[in-house]
Amino acid sequence: MPLSILPWLALALAGAVAWGTIALHRGETVSAAWLILAAVGTYLVAYRFYSRFLATRVFGLDDRRATPAERLENGRDFVPTAKWVLFGHHFAAIAGAGPLVGPVLAAQFGYLPGTIWIVFGVVLAGAVQDFIILFGSMRRDGRSLGQMARDEIGPFTGTLTMAAILAIMVILLAVLALVVVNALRDSPWGVFTIACTIPIAILMGFWMRVIRPGRTIEASLIGLTLLLLALVAGRWVATSPVLAPAFTLSATALAGWLMAYGFVASVLPVWMLLAPRDYLSTFMKIGTILLLAIGIMLVLPPLKLPAVTRFVDGTGPVFAGKLFPFCFITIACGAISGFHALVSSGTTPKMLRRESDARLIGYGGMVMESFVAVMAMCAAAVLDPGVYFAVNAPLATLGGSVESAAQVIRGWGFAVTPEQMRALAHSVGETTVLARTGGAPSLAIGMAHIFSRAFGDGLTPLWYHFAILFEALFILTTLDAGTRVGRFMLQDLAGHAWKPMARTSWYPSAILSSALVVGAWGYFLRQGVLDPLGGINSLWPLFGISNQLLAAVALCVGTTILIKAGKARYAWVTLGPLAWLLAVTLTAGWQKIFADDPRLGFLSHARTVAAQMAAGTLDPAKGARLVFNDRLDAVVAAIFMTVTVVLVAACVREWALILTRRKVPVAREAPFVETAYAS
Amino acid sequence: MRADAAGGRAPAEWLRGAHAALRRMLGMPDYTAHVAHLRARHPDRPVPTEREFCEEYLRTRYGNGPTRCC
Repeated sequence: MPLSILPWLALALAGAVAWGTIALHRGETVSAAWLILAAVGTYLVAYRFYSRFLATRVFGLDDRRATPAERLENGRDFVPTAKWVLFGHHFAAIAGAGPLVGPVLAAQFGYLPGTIWIVFGVVLAGAVQDFIILFGSMRRDGRSLGQMARDEIGPFTGTLTMAAILAIMVILLAVLALVVVNALRDSPWGVFTIACTIPIAILMGFWMRVIRPGRTIEASLIGLTLLLLALVAGRWVATSPVLAPAFTLSATALAGWLMAYGFVASVLPVWMLLAPRDYLSTFMKIGTILLLAIGIMLVLPPLKLPAVTRFVDGTGPVFAGKLFPFCFITIACGAISGFHALVSSGTTPKMLRRESDARLIGYGGMVMESFVAVMAMCAAAVLDPGVYFAVNAPLATLGGSVESAAQVIRGWGFAVTPEQMRALAHSVGETTVLARTGGAPSLAIGMAHIFSRAFGDGLTPLWYHFAILFEALFILTTLDAGTRVGRFMLQDLAGHAWKPMARTSWYPSAILSSALVVGAWGYFLRQGVLDPLGGINSLWPLFGISNQLLAAVALCVGTTILIKAGKARYAWVTLGPLAWLLAVTLTAGWQKIFADDPRLGFLSHARTVAAQMAAGTLDPAKGARLVFNDRLDAVVAAIFMTVTVVLVAACVREWALILTRRKVPVAREAPFVETAYAS
Repeated sequence: MRADAAGGRAPAEWLRGAHAALRRMLGMPDYTAHVAHLRARHPDRPVPTEREFCEEYLRTRYGNGPTRCC
């Protein structure tokens, strides 16, 4: 035992040296290698020691116990699956646009605060959450988070959880759609390529259903080939005097198209659009993340962004608010993401072959996502700070031209010239890259920069549009899948009032509920597009707060599972992260509603707008809409905060009753059945 | 099981294993495995066609709450 610890000690030391190097080289350029080394060293040590402690001491994973996949095997959803195959499946389900966008936005504080949160947040909180929910669901025949909340805590908590999921979906879909709008507006190349994914997916759908039923991999290969052709053809479209104007869309027009797409896609049968698109984006996602990892390892680019910028004081142009709590709200996916609790209690627990596999898949899968977030941070930090802010600050701050933007950014103390911005836009095949807030474009520029250095120059515009395509592709998949899920939830709810509404395949009901869901996220999307501060400033924090709210629910369920199993002495593994999340979420929510700074507080912004209307400097109709939106956002934030507090209070009461023996805990675990597998 | 015991077999079988693993990674179930399961454990139940099987799978996969994160 002591000897086997030695390599880990060396690894811990390497990680510590890397963190030390980053800390001591302040004010100088640091290589991305140190960031990667510090992260990987921390991950491996945490995985070896902390996840092992969780697996053996806290959860008591037992390989003699048959998993649901073994007991309930049906060759369909309950299937014992090889560990690494399931790891791939689970990773593809949890990693999406979130871990890529959040770190890029939080880079306005510098690369260091975000990276520390991504790395330590995941090993102490995010991976613990995913692991405990996967464990709990595995011991309960693969039940979902909502069902576990109802069974373990009570029906009220269960219903509240379902309502919270629906509300989060609406904000999530709106903000992700806004990221796509900001990436594709006035970009004929991008719009053409993304538009092509629709006929490609439909062709794949027909291939898998009519021409060669069930041939998923074959259809995916055809789809991927066509997708790459569309990517190359995009350049030709962008330079064609006839086609380019047709594919050049304004932000409001794009928002309208996205809403129309979300509506049609969620009413069409799954096989026609959603499933093939899902396969395409899974392959694109795994491929691109691998490519990004290889690129960063080959190039080991220097990080040009400062470790910490002056914007930790809350005056940042990308979004308002101080380092605490907003760094921890902005980066949710990649550090801790409540949404994962839905995936960890979805398909994955039904496929675990052995109990001990849950450690690699639950804890390890989340650590892998955190690594993706660190790479996204590296890709943002390789940009010149001036360029980073020119791409990410809202248009109203920068003014309409590269000249005004350069002047504003020089005022913040970062050097950038109009020529530099023009050359950059030209080099990626765009007319402008100014104010493309939302993370995707600056990530794409960073990735294009890394890829061109790793795999040769000259392809920069292709790499840029490849990165945009990759992000937009799976955001559209989320839009489609999310609208559909929201529609089912709504139909389920409406079914209580009038039975026929619950029939998911009944067209009037499907169309009505789809329209309602699209209308809800579409409203927030439109609000974001019209927001003078750039919609990311209001919507991304709301999304972060709601996602962390779901994480709080998951941690409450996890704590309840531990306490009921008589493991209250280990409850700190979930209570610690829960306390931190509550501090972050409630502080951020409070500041978003009540802060005096109009860029930060919704209510003070409403007052500022009202004052402008009274002074006659703002069109009354436009002003009234802005005031209404501010108040709406404040109400949404207040609802999220109230739900969080009520949920936690309900759980604490339950825990107190059990711990003081006034209530006998009911075990919900499926009974022990010995496995038939050899080992 | 199927995929992790692939080593040391004929290349064709190995390819089949890799193909099945890729499909599983996408979340697609194996039709042959399901039919084998039905024949072995529930001989009284009707065996669905591959198309029926795919349809039923898609319905449960995308109809029961979010399956993907942001």
